[in-house]
Amino acid sequence: MDLTLSADELAFRDEIRAWLRDHHPGPEPDGTEAGFEHRLAWQRTLHDAGYAGIAWPKEYGGRGATLMEQTIFNEELVRARAPAPANVLGLIMGGPVVITLGTEDQKRRFLAPILSGAEIWCQGFSEPDSGSDLASVRTRAERADGGWRITGQKVWTSFAHRARWCMLLTRTSDDARYHNLTYFVCDMRQPGVTVRPLRQITGDTEFNEVFFDSVFVGDENVIGRPGEGWNVALTTLMFERPGLGVASALGIKLALGELAELIRARGLANDSAIRRRFGKLVVDAEAIRLNGYRGLSRTQRDGVPGPEGSMIKIQWATVNQALTELAVDVLGVDALAIDSVWTHRMLRARANSIEGGTSEIQRNILAERVLALPRLR
Amino acid sequence: MRFDLTDEQRAIREAVRDLCASRYGIEAARRAADGATGDALWPELAKSGWAGLGVAQPHGGQGLGVLELALVVEELGYALAPAAFLGNAAAGLLVAAAGTEQQQARVLPGVASGERRAAFGVLDARGDAMLLDPDAATVFVVANGDRAVVADPAKQRMESLPSLDLTRRLVKLIEVDGEAMTRGVQRGLDQVEVLVAAELVGVAQHALDLALEHAKQRQQFGRPIGAYQAVSHRCADMLVAVESARSAVLSAAWTADHQPDQLAFAASVAKALAGDAAWHATASALQIHGGIGFTWEHPIHLFLRRAAASSRFLGSVDEHLERAAELGGLGGETTAPVAAELSGAARR
Repeated sequence: MDLTLSADELAFRDEIRAWLRDHHPGPEPDGTEAGFEHRLAWQRTLHDAGYAGIAWPKEYGGRGATLMEQTIFNEELVRARAPAPANVLGLIMGGPVVITLGTEDQKRRFLAPILSGAEIWCQGFSEPDSGSDLASVRTRAERADGGWRITGQKVWTSFAHRARWCMLLTRTSDDARYHNLTYFVCDMRQPGVTVRPLRQITGDTEFNEVFFDSVFVGDENVIGRPGEGWNVALTTLMFERPGLGVASALGIKLALGELAELIRARGLANDSAIRRRFGKLVVDAEAIRLNGYRGLSRTQRDGVPGPEGSMIKIQWATVNQALTELAVDVLGVDALAIDSVWTHRMLRARANSIEGGTSEIQRNILAERVLALPRLR
Repeated sequence: MRFDLTDEQRAIREAVRDLCASRYGIEAARRAADGATGDALWPELAKSGWAGLGVAQPHGGQGLGVLELALVVEELGYALAPAAFLGNAAAGLLVAAAGTEQQQARVLPGVASGERRAAFGVLDARGDAMLLDPDAATVFVVANGDRAVVADPAKQRMESLPSLDLTRRLVKLIEVDGEAMTRGVQRGLDQVEVLVAAELVGVAQHALDLALEHAKQRQQFGRPIGAYQAVSHRCADMLVAVESARSAVLSAAWTADHQPDQLAFAASVAKALAGDAAWHATASALQIHGGIGFTWEHPIHLFLRRAAASSRFLGSVDEHLERAAELGGLGGETTAPVAAELSGAARR
């Protein structure tokens, strides 16, 4: 057991840290579109330095970084308060699924523009009637000459209005559940695709509704085989989270630093009730970080990720919600007027226990796959 | 970075687990709870050399660390073994951290061999102390804050106290009479906090295992109760708490051995998480068992009692949360890494 970074890991961290010092893009401008342009420029900077897609294999333009290097890289980005690259869904999900299950033609067509940010990707999984029960999607793809015609509605689709490609999960037959789905890469720039921004409780519009009206997708854009869409979707989601626990814990610690300043500024640093709640957040953030590292070591030893993904997702949502609630409690009656930082964060944090799999679904995963409890269904 | 046990550390854990499973099932804890005296497990633990794991080699120990001790203690906690191992190890850590060379030479060889066992307790402001498992101990070590005392049992006035934890004997020492130790007491106490936390992780894990066994087998409304989310989600929360506490204990034990200047923060994180995990896991396990869990015969109350007692020994959950808050960003100077990051972030 050794909880310090090895000489190689330290060297890698110092390399990233020094590079970030020289290339940090500065604070993100206000506004959804301006923010997106900022992150797009940032992705080009990362790409020019060879840091876009560091987890991707070298032969596809990545860096072939180890799990620990990916973790260090993500942690340094958070520490420097650098933004995520604009094409984050393409980098962490779209690219890896094409590399794992795509044809040679698909790899040649899709991978390079994901890395450079030239083509943005979005994810069309959730539907109004298919949230936690993802396999029940109803968006249909019907056979057409040389491909498929797709009709239906997707929801919670980030970046849809800027995206060239959509990872689209559709129903293509009346076969048994889990065998009736097909996974497409769908061109978003064509007639029949309508994107409508969805206003969320913060007033922002991070997400969209997307309507598909007889939209064409060629056979060459099916990932895997028709009918195998469920497994492709699971593969996609598998790429979503590994190694993110450590970075998300650091994000919480940075927010705790801001909260500590607020508590001191309000003269509450010696209030025992506040101290206990703050201490609970510190302790829980540390638990996320340590569970993250322990999970990484287990993955390196066993070759497969353990249950820590679901554990950390639950803990992160709980801590982030409690943190923003404490901040708003510290504001007291001033919270009646919207504060530029904390009221927004408190409202945004309500999504944390829903997005990326609800906390209830994560508990189902732990109960069934880790604890081997019987399924209700 | 390798957050993983070595083969040697795994072997220690497996050996203790095997010994407890084969020889000291829940019946031994029950016998202790029903008032049996004597500790049949102690000679076996001492014979295996485990008592001396954390004692330096010149004093007859193996010179390993708090991490190895924590692995043993977690397994003993899991078995709820009525063994005075914890107190003996704790006294050894305190004397090693705070004792003079003379005191170390006098106390540590007996701690390591197990032949002259030590017992451990906490001092209060009046100079009285509450001591765990005094039977057959030849030396008492009591401590609190920055004060510790090594005392001869023969010279103490003692009162037996009714113990909430039925598997552990408890006595009160009145006006402890002994030699004071003053340097390094806090570091020794933080090491002991990590051991108590390790024991609580074992207790919490066993409570989770009992809950799962019952939830899979008990049928109501035509299916196992573990199929209902009211039960299964409770179990998932127990898992998160147990694994988090285990991560924190392993990290704190490693920190005690390799980065002692950062131990205070790590020890408070571990003790707070383990205290919470043990109480909530044992209380949840009792709830999942329903009426049978509330009976004297069912062992779950023995675990619940251990959790309730040990989570308040050497600092309650709330006290450790407050120390974590202080070291983790709210209060003044600190050596903890998290705090260094936090103050850096706050300056930006």
